Amino acid sequence: MTPRTLFEKIWDAHVVRPETADTPAVLFVDLHLIHEVTSPQAFAELRARGLKVRRPERTVATMDHSTPTVRGPIADPQAAAQVRRLEENCREFGIELHGMDSDRRGIVHVIGPELGRTRPGMTIVCGDSHTSTHGAFGALAFGIGTSEVGHVLATQCLLQRKPKTLAIRVDGRLGPGVTAKDLILAIIAKIGVDGGTGHVIEYLGPAVRALSMEERMTVCNMSIEAGARAGLVAPDEATFEYLAARSVPVRESWRSLRSDEDARHDREISWDASALEPMITYGTNPAMAIPIGGEVPHEDGRALRYMGLRSGQKLLGHPVDVVFIGSCTNSRLSDLRQAARVFKGRKVAPKIRALVVPGSRAVKRQAEAEGLDRVFLEAGAEWREPGCSMCIAMNGDQLQPGQVAVSTSNRNFEGRQGAGGRTFLASPLTAAAAAVTGAITDVREML
Amino acid sequence: MQPIRLIRSRCVVLAADNVDTDQIIPARFLKGTTREGLGRHLFADWAARPPAEDGQVLVAGANFGCGSSREHAVWALLDAGFRAVVSPKIADIFRANALKNGLVPVVVEPEFHRLLREGMDVSIDLESLRIEIRGGPAAAFALDPFARYCLLNGVDEMGFLLAQSERITEYERRACER
Repeated sequence: MTPRTLFEKIWDAHVVRPETADTPAVLFVDLHLIHEVTSPQAFAELRARGLKVRRPERTVATMDHSTPTVRGPIADPQAAAQVRRLEENCREFGIELHGMDSDRRGIVHVIGPELGRTRPGMTIVCGDSHTSTHGAFGALAFGIGTSEVGHVLATQCLLQRKPKTLAIRVDGRLGPGVTAKDLILAIIAKIGVDGGTGHVIEYLGPAVRALSMEERMTVCNMSIEAGARAGLVAPDEATFEYLAARSVPVRESWRSLRSDEDARHDREISWDASALEPMITYGTNPAMAIPIGGEVPHEDGRALRYMGLRSGQKLLGHPVDVVFIGSCTNSRLSDLRQAARVFKGRKVAPKIRALVVPGSRAVKRQAEAEGLDRVFLEAGAEWREPGCSMCIAMNGDQLQPGQVAVSTSNRNFEGRQGAGGRTFLASPLTAAAAAVTGAITDVREML
Repeated sequence: MQPIRLIRSRCVVLAADNVDTDQIIPARFLKGTTREGLGRHLFADWAARPPAEDGQVLVAGANFGCGSSREHAVWALLDAGFRAVVSPKIADIFRANALKNGLVPVVVEPEFHRLLREGMDVSIDLESLRIEIRGGPAAAFALDPFARYCLLNGVDEMGFLLAQSERITEYERRACER
């Protein structure tokens, strides 16, 4: 048999109708995740055409983007209406919903794996670009637009041209204080903000193998920030242990879900991460990242003007107003443990606002069972209800114009965390260090 | 969708590369439940917002539409009167969203892209897959044959997918046995 990549194995297993010169492939979707912001227009389309949801049992809904992270009713009438619409749609079409009252609610890319719904070899889509997160399990997972949400609801399929593959092999071992977030920021800086366009990235090599499942999710999550549709890590014992802990029986066939020895990717990159340092962004896209002790490079004026920085400036010591620890990139238990390691026995610096937003109710419960909430609260940080929160700033959690944030989220675009806000992306360790010192700091000095 | 054969209009030029969908429409405008009326929020946070009424062809820098998958970005551009985006590189999800709504993504070589100036008259022909500057040079552009068929005939993908119902059922039966 022709050697195949992991991507090709998953792709081939989901082709309902092969692609031709004239038509894209019809690709079957195993799991469709939906949320309140990108689904209402798709349900409206279904109604307008008199269609049903083809496989409601393969569809899972939650609300996370526009929902408040404080308890109580939703104050914003538009957000409340959007949430209500999702409830109505799920009721009418028979879809499992983890709504505001559910103890399993959370960020869609946090709860998919937690619920044991994300599994190796699957195709998973969601009307959200960070669907790439689920690739950590060796699932082909990618973001789609609302029209495609409608297609999947109605037919459980998508029309897709086969993407190319990019293998990124990472050798070596991450040093102390260096995390999966630093690894992916360095990879994006290396290949560029559009370096993965048209490709699915497969992450390989010993440094990737050594990552926990939550760390792999952080890496795959940000594949889209290099333009790639999806990121993949082949499943292994770490994957199977994670799933077994969530009562998912491990299938023998999952063990063959890896790229064959002689399989060829369209592009290949290798790199040794042993010398990697904590990374931080300085500009207005995630590829504009440097080692924490580095100097701001010479870049186009617009990004630096927006960020209030000069070429050649060091970021260490740069004053911070807000620290956000959360988002589908870094809001899982291990992320919160890392942040707590820095906060423990220390205080948030005066005038700094530090926001810790767990990725799900389950993460919140586990964190509280370990006493992490007390560490955050005693340090002077806010401990919130789960949601996307200040990553997308739709729910009132946002920066004021000119404010500087160190954020564990995934996008530092202009205005992403609030109009005029200035975002520096970093790991939970680096973010917590900034909260404590009030400035951009090398966390390795504090561990 | 209306069939699209030829777009003839003036260019509106965005000089910046990597214009993400958060720039095209900030997230605070995504709280609605319909597609309508988003044009007024287009580039809402930019000091200088491109004047959409000046032309229907948006000439954008490389990697246009990167970031969030929000289809609202495409709806906002269409609502503001744009009918095509010309760029040396367009982000994957944005391009897919554009095609589904009849916003024509035109990817051209950087050499041709550099010739396009604010206010220039261009024509984009989906029959011949050529973009031409009035009284000036022209260039070919690529478009997936299926996407081109859908644009030319004003049909969307949903109909094609629904027609696959039997094959999908057959697949589900096979996959179930796997």
